[in-house]
Amino acid sequence: MSLASQFVNLLAALLLLIAFAMLSQRRILTLIHLFAWQGVALAASTFVVAYTTGQSHLYFSGVLTVVLKVILIPWVLHRLIDSLNIKWDVETLLNIPTTMLAGIGLAIFAFALATPISQMANTLTRSTLGIAMATVLLSFLMMIVRRKAVPQVIGFLAMENGLFFAATSATYGMPLVVELGVALDVLVGTFIFGIFFFHIREQFDSLEVRHMERLKED
Amino acid sequence: MEHAPGIAFQILQSVFVVLAAPLLMGWVNQCRAWLQNRAAPSLLLPYYTLAKLLQKDAVIARDASPLFRVTPYVLFGCMWLAAGIVPVLATDLPFAPAADVIALVGVFALARVFSALAAMDIGTSFGGLGARREMLIGFLAEPAMLMTMFTAAFISGSTQLTTIVETLAHREFAIYPSLAFAAVAFLMVLLAENARIPIDNPTTHLELTMIHEAMILEYSARHLALIEWAVSIKLFAYMTIGFALFVPWGIAEAGHWGALPLAFASLALKLAFAGAGLAVLEAMLAKVRLFLAPEFLSTAFLLAVLGMLIHFLMQS
Amino acid sequence: MVSPLAGALAVIVGWMTIGLAALVPAGNAFFARRLAFPLGTFAGLALAVFGLQALWMPAQQLILPLGLPDLPFHLRVDGLSGFFLLLLGAVSAGITIYATGYFREETADRITLITLLYHFFLASMALVVLADDAYLFMVAWETMALSSYFLVTTDHKIPAIRSAGFLYLLVAHLGAIAILLCFGVMHGGSGDYTFAALRAADLTPAWATVAFLLAFFGFGAKAGMIPLHAWLPEAHPAAPSPVSALMSGIMLKTAIYGMVRVIYDLLGSVRWEWGIVVLVIGAATTLFGVLYALMQHDLKRLLAYHSVENIGIILLGLGMSMVFVGFGQTAAGALGLIAALYHTLNHAVFKALLFLGAGSILHATGLRNLNDMGGLIRKMPVTAFYFLIGALAISALPPLNGFVSEWLTFQTALQAPLLDHGVVRSLLPLFAATLALAGALTAMCFVKVYGIAFLGQAREPEHAPRAAHAGPTHDCGAAERIGMAWLAAGCFVLGLFPASFLLMLNRISTALIGGGLPDSALESNWLWLVPTHAAKASYSPLIFLAVIVAVTLLAFFLVRRFYHGRVRVAPPWDCGFPAQTPRMQDTADAFGQPIRHVFGPLYRMRRELPGPDDPKPRFVLQVEDRHWYWLYLPVARVTNLISAKIGLLQQGRISTYLLYSFCTLIALLILVR
Repeated sequence: MSLASQFVNLLAALLLLIAFAMLSQRRILTLIHLFAWQGVALAASTFVVAYTTGQSHLYFSGVLTVVLKVILIPWVLHRLIDSLNIKWDVETLLNIPTTMLAGIGLAIFAFALATPISQMANTLTRSTLGIAMATVLLSFLMMIVRRKAVPQVIGFLAMENGLFFAATSATYGMPLVVELGVALDVLVGTFIFGIFFFHIREQFDSLEVRHMERLKED
Repeated sequence: MEHAPGIAFQILQSVFVVLAAPLLMGWVNQCRAWLQNRAAPSLLLPYYTLAKLLQKDAVIARDASPLFRVTPYVLFGCMWLAAGIVPVLATDLPFAPAADVIALVGVFALARVFSALAAMDIGTSFGGLGARREMLIGFLAEPAMLMTMFTAAFISGSTQLTTIVETLAHREFAIYPSLAFAAVAFLMVLLAENARIPIDNPTTHLELTMIHEAMILEYSARHLALIEWAVSIKLFAYMTIGFALFVPWGIAEAGHWGALPLAFASLALKLAFAGAGLAVLEAMLAKVRLFLAPEFLSTAFLLAVLGMLIHFLMQS
Repeated sequence: MVSPLAGALAVIVGWMTIGLAALVPAGNAFFARRLAFPLGTFAGLALAVFGLQALWMPAQQLILPLGLPDLPFHLRVDGLSGFFLLLLGAVSAGITIYATGYFREETADRITLITLLYHFFLASMALVVLADDAYLFMVAWETMALSSYFLVTTDHKIPAIRSAGFLYLLVAHLGAIAILLCFGVMHGGSGDYTFAALRAADLTPAWATVAFLLAFFGFGAKAGMIPLHAWLPEAHPAAPSPVSALMSGIMLKTAIYGMVRVIYDLLGSVRWEWGIVVLVIGAATTLFGVLYALMQHDLKRLLAYHSVENIGIILLGLGMSMVFVGFGQTAAGALGLIAALYHTLNHAVFKALLFLGAGSILHATGLRNLNDMGGLIRKMPVTAFYFLIGALAISALPPLNGFVSEWLTFQTALQAPLLDHGVVRSLLPLFAATLALAGALTAMCFVKVYGIAFLGQAREPEHAPRAAHAGPTHDCGAAERIGMAWLAAGCFVLGLFPASFLLMLNRISTALIGGGLPDSALESNWLWLVPTHAAKASYSPLIFLAVIVAVTLLAFFLVRRFYHGRVRVAPPWDCGFPAQTPRMQDTADAFGQPIRHVFGPLYRMRRELPGPDDPKPRFVLQVEDRHWYWLYLPVARVTNLISAKIGLLQQGRISTYLLYSFCTLIALLILVR
C-alpha cells in the first residue's frame, strides 16, 4: 500500500476513534473540541487525496471544511453554550459501556455492509468506506442516547462529517456546487438550532429534550 | 554454547532495568515538581529512600501470616521477570520465548493477586478497601492490556514480544491504524495499572482516596523498599512495553551488538519524553471519582477490542 | 500386558463390588469406614494407568453378553475414552482418599449407603466413557444421574436439599431425553444403535443440524450450560463435599465427552455454523457464571457457579475448534480441541481441590457462609496452602495449569486470520476478549474468597453455634491431606509440563479430526510449549517459575545478609485508627459491591437499606439468577397450566374411564380396517 493511502487509513481510523470518544464523553466542551479535531482529520485526509490524485476541487473542499468545521461552527457552539451556561450533560439514556458496546456492534455492521461495495470501488481509499458508514451510524447513535439538545446537534454535525468522508473516499468528492450547498445548509442549520435552543430554554426552563414530550396531544 | 552472549546480555538487561527504574521515578517526580512550580527533589531521591527503608527495623502486625512476609519478594521476582522479557535494548533475549505477551499479562496479574491477598491478610478495613479497589481496576485493565497485545500480535503474526518488535521496527515502514486505537487504550491502561492520575493519586495521604497505597499500608522497612522498587520497575516495564509496541525504532536487532549505544540513547530519549509526558498528563487531568474508573477502563477495553476489529475489517 | 479395555472393565467391576460389599450386613460399617474408600482409590489409580495406556494404543472393542437379547453391550476404548478414563481415575483417586477421612464419622447406615452410591457413581461414569452403543450409553447415563441424585439427597430431611435434588433430576432427565432423541435422529432408520452404525449413517445437513442441536442442549443440560444451569448452584452445594467435587470435577466432564464424541466422531462433518452457536452460548455461560459467582457468599454455591463459568470456557475452545474445522483449517481446529480438552482436565483437578478445601472448612468449623469466616490460615494452615494453589490455578495465573489452557485457547483465537469469511474472522477475537474478561473476574472472585475465608481476622467469635462436631477448629486429617496434596501436585504437573500433555492430546485430535498440530509445533523438547511454530508463540512454565523463585530467593538472602534488621511484632497500624474490630473487615458481599455497581442490570437484586433513625437497622441483600424468572418459572407455569387442563381428563368416575377405553377400541378398529 502506498504511503498516501496508509496515511488516509490512519486518518480514517482517527475519525472513528473520535466518533467513539464522542460517544463516551460527558462534558459538552470536550465534545466541541473533539468535533473540531474530527474536522481537522477530515480536512487532512481531503488534502492528501487531493494531492495524490491531482483533483484540485478537493483543495477547495478541504479549505471549506477547515473554515467551517474547525473554526466557525465550534466557535458558534462555544458562544452558544457560554450564553446558555451549560457545561455538563446529564446521564445518557444508556450507560456509557453499553453505548460503546452498541457502537462496536454498529461498527461491525457498517463494515459488513461496506465490504462488497469497497471491493467494487477502485479509488485510492476504498477500505475507508466502512469507516465512514460506521461514523455516520455512531453519530446517529449519539443523537439517540443523549438527553440534552447541544450534544444531539453535535451528533448531527458529526454525521455530516461522516457523509463527507464517505463521499471523498468512494467518489473523490461531490461536485463543488453540491458541496457548497451542503456546507451552507449546515451553517444555516447551526444558526437556526441556536435560535431554537433559546426558545426551548425559555419555554421549558431546561434544554433536556424529554421536556418536549409535553408538546404532544393528550 | 552460542547462546552464552545472549544469556549474559539478558541478565545484564534485567539488572540494568532493575537499577534504572528508580531513576525513572525520580525523573517523573522532578517533571511534576517543575510543572507545579516548586523546587524539585534530587533525581536520585528514590535511591536514598530505598537505602533508608532497607536499614530500618520491620514492624509486622501480630497476626500476619507467611503470605504477608513472602509477598514483597514475590512481587519483586515477578517484576524482575517482566523486566527480563521485554526487549528494552535489543531483541536478542534467549529466555524471552519462555513468556510471551499473554504470559506477561499473567505475570502482572500474579503480582496483583498476591498484593491484594497480602492487603487482606492483616484484617484491617483499609486493607480490604485497597484489595477491593485494586481488583476493581484490575478486572478491566487486564483484558484491555491483553486485547492491546492481541492487536499487535495480529499485525505481526506472533505473540513473542521480540518478534513483534522485529516485525514492527525492521519491516518496511507502515502505518497501522489499529495500532492508533491500541495505543490510546494502552496509555489508559498504563495510567490505571501504575496508580497514576486520573485513576489514583500516587502522592495522596488520605486513606479513603487510596487504591494502591491502601494495599501496602502495613508494610515497612525492607518489605516496603522491595514493594516500592517493584512499583517503579512496573512503571519502567510498562513504558518499555509501550515503546516496543508503538515506537520500536532504535531497539537493536539480534546479533547487532554495535547498535547498542544507539539503543541506549534512543531508550534514554524515549524515557525522558515519556516521563515528561506522564507528568504533563497528571498535571492536566484530575483524579476521577472511584466509580468512574470502571467507565474509564471499559472505554480502554472497548477501544482495544475496536482496534482488533479495525485490523480485520480494514484488511479485506 | 493387560489390555486397557479389559483393565478398565475390571476396575468398573471392582468399584461395583466395593459398593455392593458395603451392603453385606456383617461388618459392613467397618468395611465402609476403613477399607472401601482406600480400595476405591487404588482402583481409580489403576483406571488412570489404563486410560493413559489406551491413549497410545489403537482402539479396542468388546461385546459383552449382558443386556437385552438382541442388544448386547458394546464397549470401546480409543484415545478420547482413554483421556477421560485418565481424568476420571486420577481425579477420583484424590477425591476418594479424601473421602476416607471425610466420611469417617458418619453413622453406620449412612456410610454404607454412601459407599454403595459413591462407587456405583464412579463405575457408571466410567461406563459412559466406554460405551460403544446408544443403549449402554443411556443405561450408564441414567445410572450416573440416579446415583448422583441419591448422593445429593443424602441429607434429605432438609427441604431445601430435597428441592435441589428434584430440580437436578428434572433437568438431568430433560437432557437425557434430548440425548435419546439425538441418537434416534442419528441412526437414520437402520435399527442398529451401535456407535459404528451411527458413525456410518449418512445424514442430510438439515438432520445433522437437528442432531447437533439435540446433542448440544442435551449434553449441555448435564454440563451446566446457560440457560440450563440452574440446577448446578442448587445441587452441588447440597451434596457432601467429596460428592460435590466428583460432580463438579468429573460428571460435568462426561457431558463434554458426550459432546465431543457425538459432534466430532459420530456426526463426522462439523459445520462452522455449529461452532458459532457453541461460541455464543459458551461466551454467555462464561460471563454469567463468573458474574453470578461474584455475588455469592456461600462458598460451595460460589464454586458451583465457577464450574458453570469453566464449562463456558471449555465451550469457547470447542466452538473455536468447530469453526476452524468447518472451514477446513484442521491444524487450528486441532489446537482448539486440544485447548478445550486440556481445560477439561485442568478444571477437574483444581475444582476438585477447591471443593475438598471447602469440605475441610465445613468439617472443621461447620461454616459455609463466607461472611462468618476469617483468619482460618492460622487454624488450618495445610488446608489454606492447598486452597491457595487451587485458587491460583482457577484464576489462570502462571505457572499453574489454569493458565496453560487459557493460553492455548487464546492462541487458537489468534489463528483467526486463517479464516476466509470476513465477519467470522473478526468475531473470533471478540470471544477471546470475553475469555480475558472472565479470567480477570475470576481472579477478583478468588481474591475475595481466599482473603475473606483464610486471611484477616475471624468475623464470628469462636463460641458461635456450630454443627454437631465439638472441639476447636482443627486442620484436616491425614487422608484428607493426601487427597488434596495429590490434586495440588496435579495442578503443578499439568502447569509445568504441558508439552507432554500436548503430545498426548494431539493423538486424540488426529484421530477425531484427521489432522493434528503442525510438525513445527511438536519439534521442541519438553521444556517448551509450542502450539504452532516456535517463532510465533511459545511458553515455558518451568523457566518462568525458575526465574521467579530464583529472584525471590536471591532477594531474600541478599536482604537478610546485608540488611538483617530486627523484625518487631506489633498490633496492626491501620493508619493509627484505634478501635479496629474484626467486624470492620470486608464481608463477601462488600467485596462484591463494585461489581454489583458496574453490572447492576444483569442481576435481579432486592435491597433493603436501613433508614437513618431506624432503631434496629438491617441491611438485606438478595441477588437472584434472572434465568429463573425468564425461563424456569414461565416454563413451570405453562407446564402446570397444561397439566391442569389435562388433569380434567381424570374425572374419577369409572364410567368415564370405560368410555375412554371404548373410544380407543373403536378408533383402533377403524384404523386397522
